[in-house]
Amino acid sequence: MITIESLSKKYGARTVVDDISFTARPGRVTGFLGPNGAGKSTSMRMMVGLTRPTSGDVTISGRRFTDLPNPGLEVGVMLDASAQHAGRTGREILTLAQQMMGLSARRVPETLELVSLTETESNRRVGSYSLGMRQRLGIAVALIGGPSVLILDEPANGLDPAGIRWMRDLLRDYANDGGTVLLSSHLLHEIEVIADDIVMIGKGRIVAQGSKTELLRTAGTVVRARNMNALERALHESGLVTTSMQDGALRADADPTVVGLVARESGLALTELRTADGGLEDMFLQLTAHTQREGKAA
Amino acid sequence: MTTIVLDRGLEQHAAVHHVPLSRVTRVELRKMFDTRSGFWLMASIVIAALLSTVATILFAPDAELTYYTFAKAIGFPMTVILPMIAVLSITGEWSQRSGLTTFTLVPRRNRVILAKVIASVTVGVASMLFALVTGVVGNLVGTAIAGADLVWDVSFAHGVNIVLGSLLCLLTGTMLGVLFRSSPVALVAYFVYSLLLPTVSGLLASNQERFRDLRPWVDLNYAQSALFEGSLTGEQWAHVAVAATTWVVLPALVGLRRVMKSEVK
Repeated sequence: MITIESLSKKYGARTVVDDISFTARPGRVTGFLGPNGAGKSTSMRMMVGLTRPTSGDVTISGRRFTDLPNPGLEVGVMLDASAQHAGRTGREILTLAQQMMGLSARRVPETLELVSLTETESNRRVGSYSLGMRQRLGIAVALIGGPSVLILDEPANGLDPAGIRWMRDLLRDYANDGGTVLLSSHLLHEIEVIADDIVMIGKGRIVAQGSKTELLRTAGTVVRARNMNALERALHESGLVTTSMQDGALRADADPTVVGLVARESGLALTELRTADGGLEDMFLQLTAHTQREGKAA
Repeated sequence: MTTIVLDRGLEQHAAVHHVPLSRVTRVELRKMFDTRSGFWLMASIVIAALLSTVATILFAPDAELTYYTFAKAIGFPMTVILPMIAVLSITGEWSQRSGLTTFTLVPRRNRVILAKVIASVTVGVASMLFALVTGVVGNLVGTAIAGADLVWDVSFAHGVNIVLGSLLCLLTGTMLGVLFRSSPVALVAYFVYSLLLPTVSGLLASNQERFRDLRPWVDLNYAQSALFEGSLTGEQWAHVAVAATTWVVLPALVGLRRVMKSEVK
């Protein structure tokens, strides 16, 4: 379990991480979502003691990271897969981690197999690795100590679709076995497919957090009926706020159940009733629109 | 497969001990050899020692074919290579960014730095012993070829002093690495320190009466050179101690403080 309490980081007058608090729970994959420059990496560096917080606390299973006697056995960390000496082979980098943690030498080939790096690949120097191979090696370094917590910064970066699928399955199994996974991404879709809980951050602040199902629910309901005017009137009379969508449907700020009941009371036949998708996406796009220099999200 | 990984983790939670310094040191020592550049840097010690020996046999006048001549010829390249090894061992963590992994596996950064110092000194001592032994072989072979008399003009104490002098060069490299955390800056700083400063200091000493008396206390290169020449008087030891504290120990402590507080990106 990772507990983050009122964590802040200031560089002079600039606040990069602004009073964030959340918990990443065992058995769940927590997605740390935000546009580039939102403060994700700085937050993660603070979690593992590489950056000193200006204020606030991070504990991992009740202890500060820097107080862990042999952190590699408890927390697997991958912050930047490219941050390795280009002149070492992948196997050598993994061996250094294995020796530092005091693990048996057999863990090296086992872990290489787990991340699907072949014998030949592992004996090549990391300088010649593709980003995807570096990510696999980084995951291997994080996993070799058999930790119960994983902290991964943009782990899917540079992976091909099959690699992303592999990573998703790996982390899913890991969480199902009781592990805690915190991973960051600047891509909403990536987080949506893998995370159980989502923490969305923009300009150093948490703008939304909760389970994925909760967050999707806040997106409202898309509803359509044969008689749209009557539907709109009925919803307004029940005190619901609606907005018209481009395709003619209505979006109501309520659960599909509530909207359905209102329609039945008014004797209206519905042609469409569903949870509005892209609630997260809208939120995320708003966030990126504010934070991106282009002023408009891609 | 993931199940295996997790199970291992649970086993180890029960008895987790601090990563012992000996283990960190062993890993740091391994890191000095396991890249192509690191390997050749180490190999250059052997190559330089052999080349200097051959050059001494070929070019030194017969009368000067003594052990000291060999020791000096082989010792000089060591005072260049050893500090480079010490610098790169420290700065690689920042220049190559491997510190991101190293300092998450061992968050107590002073332990990592201490392990690196021990590893560098180990390499330094081994290199100097190798150099001194190569000198012995060189002296035997050289005098045999030239038909000159064998002269062993380096006492055991002198030999120890030569090793100490070289280690001081190496530790200067460590200090610069810790202080600057950047390979090019620290390497340039070392050459400014070892090649440029002695000239400036010498000029000052020959023009300024007052500096001449002060020089052995403030000029580490100067104070240190006595170590290579033979046995030292009590005052000369004091010179070395004062100059080394000022130029190696204090800046290293300042650097260490910055290493502890700095952000590893």
